[in-house]
Amino acid sequence: MSGAGYGSMSRRELLMMIGAAAGSSVAYRAMASLDLVAESDYKGPIKLEGDPKGASVLILGAGLAGLVAALELRKAGYKVQVLEYNQRVGGRNWTLRGGDSYTELGGFEQKCEFDPGLYLNPGPWRLPYHHNAILDYCKRLGVVLESFNQVNYNAYLHSSKAFGGKPQRYRHIQADFNGGIAELMAKSTKQKKLDQLVSKEDREILLESLKGWGALGNDYRYSMGIESSERRGYDQDPNGGTIAKPVPSKPMSIDEILKSGLWRYLVHGHIYEFQTTLFQPVGGMDMISKAFAREVGDLVRFNCKVTAIKQDGHKVTATYVDTRTGGTPTQVSADWCLCTIPASVLSQIDLDVSAPMHDAINALPYEASIKVGLQAKRRFWEQDEGIYGGVSFTDLPNNMIGYPNTGYFGSGKGVLLGAYTFGPNAFEFTALPPEERVKKAIEFGAQIHPQYKDEIENGIAVGWHRVPWILGCAGSWTEEKRKQHYNNICQIDGRVLLAGEHVSYIPAWQEGAITSSLNAISRLHQRVVNG
Amino acid sequence: MRAPIHNKDKLMTRIPRGARLMLCAGLALGGAGQTAQAVDHSFSSGFKFQERDGQALYQGICQGCHMPQAQGAAGAGAYPALAGNPRLASKIYPAFMVVNGRKAMPSFAGMLDDDQIAAVANYVRSHFGNQYTDPVTAAEVKALRPSKPAASE
Repeated sequence: MSGAGYGSMSRRELLMMIGAAAGSSVAYRAMASLDLVAESDYKGPIKLEGDPKGASVLILGAGLAGLVAALELRKAGYKVQVLEYNQRVGGRNWTLRGGDSYTELGGFEQKCEFDPGLYLNPGPWRLPYHHNAILDYCKRLGVVLESFNQVNYNAYLHSSKAFGGKPQRYRHIQADFNGGIAELMAKSTKQKKLDQLVSKEDREILLESLKGWGALGNDYRYSMGIESSERRGYDQDPNGGTIAKPVPSKPMSIDEILKSGLWRYLVHGHIYEFQTTLFQPVGGMDMISKAFAREVGDLVRFNCKVTAIKQDGHKVTATYVDTRTGGTPTQVSADWCLCTIPASVLSQIDLDVSAPMHDAINALPYEASIKVGLQAKRRFWEQDEGIYGGVSFTDLPNNMIGYPNTGYFGSGKGVLLGAYTFGPNAFEFTALPPEERVKKAIEFGAQIHPQYKDEIENGIAVGWHRVPWILGCAGSWTEEKRKQHYNNICQIDGRVLLAGEHVSYIPAWQEGAITSSLNAISRLHQRVVNG
Repeated sequence: MRAPIHNKDKLMTRIPRGARLMLCAGLALGGAGQTAQAVDHSFSSGFKFQERDGQALYQGICQGCHMPQAQGAAGAGAYPALAGNPRLASKIYPAFMVVNGRKAMPSFAGMLDDDQIAAVANYVRSHFGNQYTDPVTAAEVKALRPSKPAASE
């Protein structure tokens, strides 16, 4: 394909588009070689055996990494205290609801005006079935999960440059792409063009599989009829009674599908991290951090801005100021420090660690990302278009529209994810004042759902580089940086060690934060009990 | 003789290699030469920024962190002010930071070309109370790029 923006996409860019930006290194592997795909190595609740003999641990940051460590270390007999910058626990495990206000860097304040029960998860919003650690904590802490639909065959794929800008149903593109490719392959096979690649015995099997996979007819062609309509849907669905007979729909040509570029979105449900089944907590992602708060909230001191982390042979001392009152800095000491402060912030703190760990922290900027939540007066995507949950993709800067995976058929209002963007467009969105981001998300979304103009009544926009306590959405590792720094960022440096998604091979995922934390406290515990 | 499953793997890994080639050849710049409106903030298409002049680049990218008046901002961490920042006395400094990044500052080497980086560095050095008159050139920016393709891939 030669069109600008279609032919020139790296795998990383593809993953950015489908919303796996920072998790890409894992997804790369999943795509590249099945051998390297492994489930999270989480093997059930951690067992920290042996007596820590009254050792104390200071945990910096009450996101999921810090909360997990607080829970497990206290249980194992440590004296634990946690310092947190925000007035709440959770970090990026965060949900915005009506009545919340959010002030980003620069002092831009937004008030969330969603109706009761409606919400936006500005950070993580889905839990893959193989993220065993976070799923286990949900189970242990009583967080109720429901299905998160990643792939919805009735949602849209949209290109402003194809089909006159008219959004296409996912099932049409999916069926016609598979059908078209299967027909081409079958043709090549029958013309013996694949003889060097496929043995004679396999040829018949290949043809049979192509027929089944692509919904080809007995003539090995993908054409209008019941077979293809069973995949892409009918012009008139089969019914009962006197209007029962189905009317097949007409497939689009493979040429048209290829030129449209929409095939690129078909990969998303095939990526390991997005395969069925995914989950979300009922009521919002922060139900997880709220559950942790019930367990370890008493250990957390809020509104603490850490300004220095010093260590000697005997202890670690953190200095912090109260973000509300300012005033004299306070110091707190412990035998050990588990620091989950994001590298983007930690690189600016006076920190006593070795040069290699400093270099690692300084080498890790954070990805750009934005999310916009839009409240609609009615669930028009369900009522008018039969879209129940899942995601539509577009080449417009809002990148995707996420439909609520809960509250189906409700007669009240609903909140859409109106934009979820990485890369250049995320920087450009972030550079706008929040109300302009909302306006733009509405403008773009209206090209897919014209109902937007009448139905969207308010919104809230989070540009992650403007989030005061993290300065970006997730650690931006590259293969080169991994080689140079990853091992160093994982070390126990004197009495300090780090945890968080940025200290994992599952960046941007909560599973990365939790498994990083469990791994860190296991190694710390070994050090403590073995002297 | 490869079994079919290996051929499938090969097909899957071939795509990005081609994509990389095209990126190197600069074919991805569909909007090259297009100037974004300064006031009507516009969006790029694809994975490279399409703003060309310094002001559009600043308003489309930099002010997200460094703020509209380049005054910077502070929370748990901070973004430095570029207004009156003495480090800008060196014309190489801002260009180097845009190319390579440091700490919370990401590298933009994969998303901006040499002309764009020179334009935005020169814009910052001649606005917000900064009055430096020695512009950095695209050739000087090019020399700052790491020898291998940068972080974006």
